[in-house]
Amino acid sequence: MVRLFFAEHYPVLVIVVSLFSAFTILIAGWVNKKNCFPISLATIFVQLMMALFLLHRVITSGTIHYWLGGWAPPWGIEYVIDAFNAYVLVIVLFICLLTAIYSKRSIEKEQPRKIVPFYVIFQLLVTGLCGITVTGDIFNLYVFLEIASLAAYALIAVAGGRALKASYNYVIMGSIGACFYLLGVGFLYAVTGSLNMADLSYLLPPLYGNKVVQAAFVFFVVGMSIKMALFPLHIWQPDAYTYAPSAVTVIIAAAMSKVSIYAFIRVLFSVFTTKFIQIYVPIDAAISWIAAIAIIVGSLIAIMQTNLKRMLAYSSVSQVGYIVLGVGLYSTQWGLHGALIHILNHAMTKGCLFLAAGAIIYRSGLWNIRDFEGLGKKMPYTCAAFTLAALSMIGVPPSVGFITKLCLLLASLEAVEYGFVAVILASTLLNLVYFWRVIDRMYFVHNEGENEIKKDEAPVSMVFPALILGSLCIIAGILWLAGAKTPLLPMVNQAVNALLGTGVVAAP
Amino acid sequence: MTEGAIVSSFIPLFAILCPATASILILLSRKRPNVRESWTIIAGILQFSLIASMIPTILNEEVIKCIFFQTMFKGIAFGFKVDAFGLIFALTASFLWILVSFYSIGYMRSLHEHAQTRYYFCFAIAIFGAIGVAMSANLLTLFIFFEILTVSTYPLVIHEQSKEAISAGHKYFAYLLTAGVFLLFAIMMTYYLTGTTDFTGGGIKALSELSSAYKLTLVILFFCFLLGFMKAAWMPFHSWLPTAMIAPTPVSALLHAVAVVKAGVFGIVRIVCYIYGVDLMTSLGLGLALACIAGFTMIVANLFAIAQDNLKRRLAYSTINQLSYIILGAALLSPKGIEGAMIHIPFHGFMKITLFLCAGAIMVVTGKKNISEMAGVGKQMPVTMLAFTITAFGMCGIPPACGFISKWFLCLGTLQAEEIIFLFVLLIASLLDVVYFFPIIHTAFFKRPEGGVEEVEVKEAPLFMLIPLSLTAIFSVIFFLDFILRLNIISMYFYKIVEIAVGNVIPIP
Repeated sequence: MVRLFFAEHYPVLVIVVSLFSAFTILIAGWVNKKNCFPISLATIFVQLMMALFLLHRVITSGTIHYWLGGWAPPWGIEYVIDAFNAYVLVIVLFICLLTAIYSKRSIEKEQPRKIVPFYVIFQLLVTGLCGITVTGDIFNLYVFLEIASLAAYALIAVAGGRALKASYNYVIMGSIGACFYLLGVGFLYAVTGSLNMADLSYLLPPLYGNKVVQAAFVFFVVGMSIKMALFPLHIWQPDAYTYAPSAVTVIIAAAMSKVSIYAFIRVLFSVFTTKFIQIYVPIDAAISWIAAIAIIVGSLIAIMQTNLKRMLAYSSVSQVGYIVLGVGLYSTQWGLHGALIHILNHAMTKGCLFLAAGAIIYRSGLWNIRDFEGLGKKMPYTCAAFTLAALSMIGVPPSVGFITKLCLLLASLEAVEYGFVAVILASTLLNLVYFWRVIDRMYFVHNEGENEIKKDEAPVSMVFPALILGSLCIIAGILWLAGAKTPLLPMVNQAVNALLGTGVVAAP
Repeated sequence: MTEGAIVSSFIPLFAILCPATASILILLSRKRPNVRESWTIIAGILQFSLIASMIPTILNEEVIKCIFFQTMFKGIAFGFKVDAFGLIFALTASFLWILVSFYSIGYMRSLHEHAQTRYYFCFAIAIFGAIGVAMSANLLTLFIFFEILTVSTYPLVIHEQSKEAISAGHKYFAYLLTAGVFLLFAIMMTYYLTGTTDFTGGGIKALSELSSAYKLTLVILFFCFLLGFMKAAWMPFHSWLPTAMIAPTPVSALLHAVAVVKAGVFGIVRIVCYIYGVDLMTSLGLGLALACIAGFTMIVANLFAIAQDNLKRRLAYSTINQLSYIILGAALLSPKGIEGAMIHIPFHGFMKITLFLCAGAIMVVTGKKNISEMAGVGKQMPVTMLAFTITAFGMCGIPPACGFISKWFLCLGTLQAEEIIFLFVLLIASLLDVVYFFPIIHTAFFKRPEGGVEEVEVKEAPLFMLIPLSLTAIFSVIFFLDFILRLNIISMYFYKIVEIAVGNVIPIP
């Protein structure tokens, strides 16, 4: 009975536990700063278990509606969890868990004096990310977006020095994005008097011709584009990724960007509908082309970088392009599938790459790709993880990157857009250029003292998460490919059907 | 054009697991070289016996199928289908792997090469890819193994790790992964057009039933496929192959004379016979276009070969030329031509591998890489040079090596297709083969080494190297005798399997 009671409240507990944990960490940290890490780790682990349970329940028995405080929507805040939420929630919490494991040694070395604040803010960030994911209320989403963003600004600034400037840039850009989003919310509220997503999607259709609604939509799109660093609104992102502490980079790049994209897709298809996009504000062609440009330009700039983290940051710009391209091609069979699949794929690959980059910096202090000679012998496991993820970025089969490529290719062919086909294929080669350069340095480029290199691996708690993600890049690729036989693809099918309002939602 | 009855079996899976398991074991036993090498040998023998055990089924005109799962894309399954044609390639690659593994041991240890674990590991993965390509049931499966093959051979190409080797590796990647991009596009396009990518004897029906509005699309698609199979080193996209010769000789021997390049021509034959089908190829006029590319490559590659002084590079150009024989055979779209093409895959494999192994042996014993320095080598290494000579004869189409037979079939094919001009192309190319092979033999046996008149001591390569290269040479002769004398030794099966394969794709008049 007790278990059932809690289970009912999991949608809110995921957030509440995390929020309380943040304050517990603060108090426990005062007593002894060694307490911070276990509490944070335990909390995230519990959250992940809840998320898995929610995912299971959503898949077996359909969408979960949770009324906060028992107030019925549209007056009260409603948390709605369907396949898409649950899927993103699990991804985000899984990345957070690995980052938490990773952060212990990483933060001890990089910011030994700021351990307590780090874990407090980290936990707040996790709270914000979970909140954005589970809520079914656009204003509540804004609140959590701000919690997450403010936590992220602070975490980036923890490093001090150049990170301060990066963080400041992010504050400015992020605030503009948030303001745009809030304006959108305000406009919609002015027109409909509702903030509940489901309610809005019910109230809006008769008002689609209204200029205010259309303006709100554009505000949403631009605001979220800044948050998810879609080209050309990505300018805050490379600095932020480069100068933030390693653990922070991982969580921002792998988890937070995914949550922003989640919100983007949610607003596009759950608040507004495909019909609105098709008839009233046909932005799908525009965002597809912007995404295509992002894919190419991101890769091109990445090629020019010598700083590993900065290169990965620009690579993220290009990868966000993949997801948005998939969203833009939503009218095809595989478009939105490609986007949703790539959310998981990119979280894993980019997470792994940044984990490895952080481990390299931790052990050897190297950040310039030119200095990586012989690293494959010095840090074999880290480099192996990096290589697996890099191959996946290039899209070598049967890695996850290959699956994304297949989906997007098919979607572009179906849309008869050969330009996108060319972009996707060209980006494969561009990815090859900048990732292979790193692999070459690590393993193959000859250096004199090669035989004297001793193994000097980063701590297990840092290598282990990277290796897990690295091997998942391959395993998940095979699972995706196996399609219906594994749980992954049906889950995405269910999510896509729910978003587009097609098919039967929640088949038992 | 009938495909035999389908038999389900897990033998293909076990066969492909051999090199995959071996690669892991190799990594684990990196500290003990003898154990490490024995894994390679065990896996090779096991794999060959597994593949050979499929021969009776295939001879029974049945097809072995092993589907693992339906992929996320409707109509594409991930799995293996071993038909007669696939079996030919698989048999060749897996048999030669055993011999080359022995040879590698001799070669790598004689030269005290570094990073041997990486070498054997990547070698096993490359064979994994090649056998996977041979047994794939459809284009998507083929593509997956194709890319694995490309990526796994990179560390082998740059094994030396010098600046030159690395830039060779980059060139290798630039060509082959760009090709992969084209191939992926072509595969997805095929899937989009037809909803399937299965290899079907006589071509995919849905593709030939497309309306005439798709004619141009099909032509462009075909050229995308061709670009995708740049591994076949057709001109003008051949220059990665001579560059890749910087790799250790066993790699050049097995991968860049058999596995990788053969995977390319194998793919082209698959496209011609199993995706487009002979009828569609004829009606689109693609056969002639392909034949022209092949003919051009044959002549020009031979002219390039004459100009090379580095033995391995000369052999590389010879490979480019011989690969185009296979492409030409398929492009003729006549039963004899296709038979010649299919039979040339194993035969060229056996002959060219011998030549490369000889080149490696010469390099290990004398340190000589260039043909002009090889005066007197024939007296110093008689066995090696004898093997070299026999197989070089075979390359030119002269008995007693099996090259004669495939060329015979190809010539018949040109007559059958009534393309007399390609008969002349074939003959001229063979003549040019003579022009660049005979100087090597002449230099080795009849030229005196400069400056020295002293007696040359007989000094052969280690037995680990000598035996494999003698074996491949002997096999090349056996194949020939077998055909001419109708001896019905084991290799007779080769001809039967090829006949079945041809019967699968084209009605034999």
